[in-house]
Amino acid sequence: MLPDDAAAAVPRAASASFSAYLGEHHPGLLPANRSLGPVTASTDASHLAPHATTIVSLTFPGGVLMAGDRRATMGNVIASRHIEKVFPADNYSVLGIAGSAGIGLDLTRLFQVELEHYEKIEATMMSLDGKANRLAAMVRQNLPMAMQGLAVVPLFAGFDPDRHVGRLFSFDVTGGRYEEHEHHSVGSGSVFARGALKKLWSPRLDEASAVRVAVEALYDAADDDSATGGPDTVRGLWPVVYVVDGAGARRIPERELEAVAHAIIEARSSAGREA
Amino acid sequence: MTQQFYVSPEQLMKDRADFARKGIGRGRSVVVMSCRDGIALVAENASPSLHKLGEIYDRIAFAAVGKYNEFESLRQAGVRYADVRGYSYAREDVTARGLASVYAQSLGAVFTAESKPFEVELVVAEVGRSQDADHLYRLTFDGSIADETGFVVMGGAADAVVDALRGSWSADLSLPEAVRAAARSLRHDGVVTARAGDAGAPVLDPSVLEVAFLERDPDTLRGSRRAFRRIGAPELDLLLQTGQDS
Repeated sequence: MLPDDAAAAVPRAASASFSAYLGEHHPGLLPANRSLGPVTASTDASHLAPHATTIVSLTFPGGVLMAGDRRATMGNVIASRHIEKVFPADNYSVLGIAGSAGIGLDLTRLFQVELEHYEKIEATMMSLDGKANRLAAMVRQNLPMAMQGLAVVPLFAGFDPDRHVGRLFSFDVTGGRYEEHEHHSVGSGSVFARGALKKLWSPRLDEASAVRVAVEALYDAADDDSATGGPDTVRGLWPVVYVVDGAGARRIPERELEAVAHAIIEARSSAGREA
Repeated sequence: MTQQFYVSPEQLMKDRADFARKGIGRGRSVVVMSCRDGIALVAENASPSLHKLGEIYDRIAFAAVGKYNEFESLRQAGVRYADVRGYSYAREDVTARGLASVYAQSLGAVFTAESKPFEVELVVAEVGRSQDADHLYRLTFDGSIADETGFVVMGGAADAVVDALRGSWSADLSLPEAVRAAARSLRHDGVVTARAGDAGAPVLDPSVLEVAFLERDPDTLRGSRRAFRRIGAPELDLLLQTGQDS
């Protein structure tokens, strides 16, 4: 082998990315390589597949929390009451998806493998900013599908071990990455959820009250947005809530969420007001 | 015009095998043992960052002796194989048997076709839900593959370590006991004994050991599906200290 070729292997090794490897050797497996064919002005595939709705996220001292409702819709039909839209990305970060549900689930799976792959190849964790940048690149690759109505907008939150704080990031379909402060929400009910968060969030929340704030914000979103599901006391379905702090990411157990949801419903019923 | 001398295939293969064996013989030993709570991987390794033991997938680990650049490229290739397979099929479809046979093909092809064989010896270990479902595959430089039970020792002075370990290994060991047994038997590897002097029982020096576990039930222990756990220096000190007191 010529020395030139041997040296060229060094820059090639800069990327320990699973998605880059897939793109090179198994391009058919990459979700971004699917296409609906040529785009015309009338191409709109958004009615073909279920849509995932509202995700809220908020920081509290020493951590960050993310919650999602359980509904997916197709037009005016409820496609799923059980769907889960918040996932652990790795030990110290979580992501939630809003938009086209199937593409979002694929993106989540690829992102989870991407982080674990990097960790195994490099024998160290990727930095939180690095993770957010990788996710932004994956969202950008979906841009052609987004143009045809199948957009996915994730929300990403994680614990930064260097700064000892929880941080959260939002994205747009072009791969723009924006660090958000205090709280943020995405999806169809996000406008109403954000209004609720503005009133309920405070810098001194502890974990338990942060969970309550998140569930209440989703409740308000479900109140005004038909595509967001509220707590379902008949079927026993509660939002999916993950907390990330210095000890890692963990899911809040169902029975705690049930208690929180019942407390909110009771408080609102006894107040007996319109809102 | 150059005239090549005739070399019989037997001689060619023997030369290559001798060359690879010589390279591996210089390497320090690695012990992989199956026990009650999982699989313990113990390597003599003075570097805390250039690992000989690695995680491949949820329940699969990799251990190697020989040339670092060669087994590191094989380890990375194994991680890619496992992640692609798990991503395109499902996580439970990634097995040590599949990975080991791919490694065997690759090592065999390099042994016969390339100008130099890989100077490495590998173990692909998979921890099962019960001990009889554990798999230890040993792969050598020529692509031969062996399905081992109990424990595997690789490296230059493997025979001496195997003799030492045969007395102390049993299937009922806990992971810490297994690490202590492996660390004691690694003293019979010429390298450490020479350094520690002739003082009867040289102390176990944690700084030259690299230790990792494949835990049998990581979901109940740590709430994780990933069984591989590297044992850091503080935990290893404590673990070996406990053994010396008792």
